[in-house]
Amino acid sequence: MKSAIIVFPGSNCDHDMYHALQVLGHDAEYVWHKNSNLDDFDLVALPGGFSYGDYLRAGAIAHFSPIMQELLRFANRGRFVIGICNGFQVLTETKLLPGALLRNQNLRFLCQTVYLRVENPKTNFTAAIDIPRPLKIPIAHGEGNYFIDTAGLNELEANQQIVFRYVDRDGNAVPEANPNGSTDYIAGVINKEGNVLGMMPHPERAVDSLLGSSDGTAIFESIKQAYLKNRKAFSHA
Amino acid sequence: MKAIVRVRLKSGILDPQGKAVNNALHHLGYNEIQDVRIGKLIELTIENGSAGNIQNRLQEASHKLLANPIIEDYEIEIIEENK
Repeated sequence: MKSAIIVFPGSNCDHDMYHALQVLGHDAEYVWHKNSNLDDFDLVALPGGFSYGDYLRAGAIAHFSPIMQELLRFANRGRFVIGICNGFQVLTETKLLPGALLRNQNLRFLCQTVYLRVENPKTNFTAAIDIPRPLKIPIAHGEGNYFIDTAGLNELEANQQIVFRYVDRDGNAVPEANPNGSTDYIAGVINKEGNVLGMMPHPERAVDSLLGSSDGTAIFESIKQAYLKNRKAFSHA
Repeated sequence: MKAIVRVRLKSGILDPQGKAVNNALHHLGYNEIQDVRIGKLIELTIENGSAGNIQNRLQEASHKLLANPIIEDYEIEIIEENK
């Protein structure tokens, strides 16, 4: 399985992502945003950071990088895309994922550990998670307040597209556990087709218990297993 | 020719920045101010003579890039410069 990590000017979690993918046995490569070919890859990771300095809106300008047209084709072919933090913002700006990310409700940049409840354990990104408690994963963002209107929220619910919710240590979605004011505690969503995931928390920073948590590992493991299961569909003709 | 694009958060969406400024104004004694909402003003300088469908072009540019229509509304004002 070959993974591409897209690097925009201002990406700063690309190395963390590379490390996580390598450690977990994925073959990973950096791809500069001016490239426009993803034919060789099975997974594309859009890393965190501040692409283009977050000018205008987070993710807004990265959306028009040359690689993004190719990413749309890549996603439409059913290959896997994971966008983390700024990567999630880019995915909502490109409309690969519904909703938008607003300024945190308390206006602060938040750098802390949160707990996530897996709301849909059957996705390509969660099926191998075998942890009977909320995942412990760090966040680091100023604009992570997920917004979606009521109609959109109903649609997410109906299609089981909400993948992660912010909860407390015991798994309860209570206001204190929602760090940024996200609609309905949403921390991560998937597209209808199930091959594009966006999340604000950083699983790539949680792959080693020495650094606080290794709960993120299960997400990357899920992707690998989903790939092995669907290998044929990914054949590079 | 110039154009001004005003981008603001849609009315139902919480504007924490506006709230913080509102509170600060109250601390300064401006208690008659009831609410503050903060948007962006984008000033564009446009090649003279490109009048034609400039309104449509700006509409498109605003929709594509300058605003995110999921969370923001925008207005476009075109200012012809008098010589």
